Amino acid sequence: MNDKVYRILLFAVALIMPIVCGGVVYALVTDAYDAFQHFGFFKFLTSSEWSYTEGAEQYGALPFITGTLMTTLLALVFCIPFSLPVALFVGEYFKGTKIAAVLSTVTDLLAGIPSIIYGLWGFYTLRPLIMALNISPQGSGILTASLVLAIMIVPYASSLSAEFIKMVPNDLKEGAYSLGATRAEVIRKVVFPVAGSGIFSSYILAIGRALGETMTVTMLIGNTNNIPDSITSTGNSMASIIANQFGEADDLKLSSLIAIGLILFLITAFINLIGKIMIKRARIA
Amino acid sequence: MESVTPILEFNKTCVSYTKQTMAVKYVSAAIDRNSITAIMGPSGCGKSTLLRAVNLMHNLYPNIRVDGEILLNGENILSMEPIDVRRRVGMVFQRPAPFPTMSIYDNVLSGYALNGVRLSKTEKDETVEHCLKSVALWDEVKDVLNKKGTFLSGGQQQRLCIARALAMKPDILLMDEPTSALDPIATAHIEELMQELQKEVTILIVTHNMGQAMRISSKSMFMYLGELVEYGDTATMFSNPSDERTKAYLTGKMG
Repeated sequence: MNDKVYRILLFAVALIMPIVCGGVVYALVTDAYDAFQHFGFFKFLTSSEWSYTEGAEQYGALPFITGTLMTTLLALVFCIPFSLPVALFVGEYFKGTKIAAVLSTVTDLLAGIPSIIYGLWGFYTLRPLIMALNISPQGSGILTASLVLAIMIVPYASSLSAEFIKMVPNDLKEGAYSLGATRAEVIRKVVFPVAGSGIFSSYILAIGRALGETMTVTMLIGNTNNIPDSITSTGNSMASIIANQFGEADDLKLSSLIAIGLILFLITAFINLIGKIMIKRARIA
Repeated sequence: MESVTPILEFNKTCVSYTKQTMAVKYVSAAIDRNSITAIMGPSGCGKSTLLRAVNLMHNLYPNIRVDGEILLNGENILSMEPIDVRRRVGMVFQRPAPFPTMSIYDNVLSGYALNGVRLSKTEKDETVEHCLKSVALWDEVKDVLNKKGTFLSGGQQQRLCIARALAMKPDILLMDEPTSALDPIATAHIEELMQELQKEVTILIVTHNMGQAMRISSKSMFMYLGELVEYGDTATMFSNPSDERTKAYLTGKMG
């Protein structure tokens, strides 16, 4: 009897999460419906117009989709040369030592810093530096946002990669050493191929983090509603346009912003799903 | 029949994992060329530790110290580059571990790939065929060379690992309980194979299995608590051990 009550209770609580998730999707879809109906789903995705002239409002998501993809991909590119060495250091070279524990703890601490702090650092330290180096006149833009974003996702990419590098069986490494391989060759030809799909999936999850990051990007991307024509120009990401304009938006504009939110949700969910599936496969193999 | 310099000679070889304790204590022995020498002893006696000293495996772990001398054709390997030593001294491990991302074909050639040595297509084909034939695996796998090595059975995988070691044309082949993870039929295959291989390469094998030592080796070492207790002709050692501890182990009173 007691057991039955317990089970029903547990079941009910467990059901709350899928209901919340379903509710979020439902709210996004219903509120975005106006925008999709007014502009057409495909047109909304591919239009680069964002003007709020009364009576002739035009909203399209393309500049923001472009902004999000550019910042995310650039952040990924900048993140690899920092996260991969950390992962190798912790997972292979200094595996199990105190110094590796210290390094991985410090790296993980980076993940705990609030994004507003990263934003401030980017705004008051990195932005003047970029102006001083004459990379771009206004300092803020896609590049600045990507650089800070890269630092933010390093801990996600490196700690998971390190786990997969650690999991490469010692038998295989010793086997390679016994054939006369150097450490660099063992890493390149045994560790990386064996841990490869796991490392790849950790970067997918890091991308998932970068896609939705809002505060830091909003503070650094420059907030212009055009398609960025180079990495040094300003733009807006999907998250940052919503953060910037939701307060003063109503009707069609609000619906368009929510539509952008829905697209972001779908992209992020898709990326995370792929990452999770790949991790599961890598663990089994 | 006696050759001038033994192919391998231990001279007061010591291995220690910590400052206080020695896992291998002052082992001295000369190994005959083109023979099979078995190293026996109870668990923890230092037999694997001694074997792993020969291809400088201990250099991978900074805490382990190896002292004394190990002479390969008269040259002390402890002062040689590990990479050069390991190319001349092949090793087969307890558990078969072909590289899972490589095909059977590439596994045989993995020593070359890992060392960055480029071979022509014909050289590659010849090496693969020759090595797989010498481990009696060719007929079984010649049509599936592009399949992953992990697709084979345990015994086949171990033979593939032997082929991988042989491809580097080593002077010495170290085998660390190579059949302990295999079934009796696969074990018999490998033992038969070793008898053939000793024509080309000197084999040093660690084994838990006394029957195996008796069947395949011409000389045997018995180790106990890190010391080399007895070293001599296998047949003599089994029929008439000179040390009480060897006798106790061989008759099953210790193990």
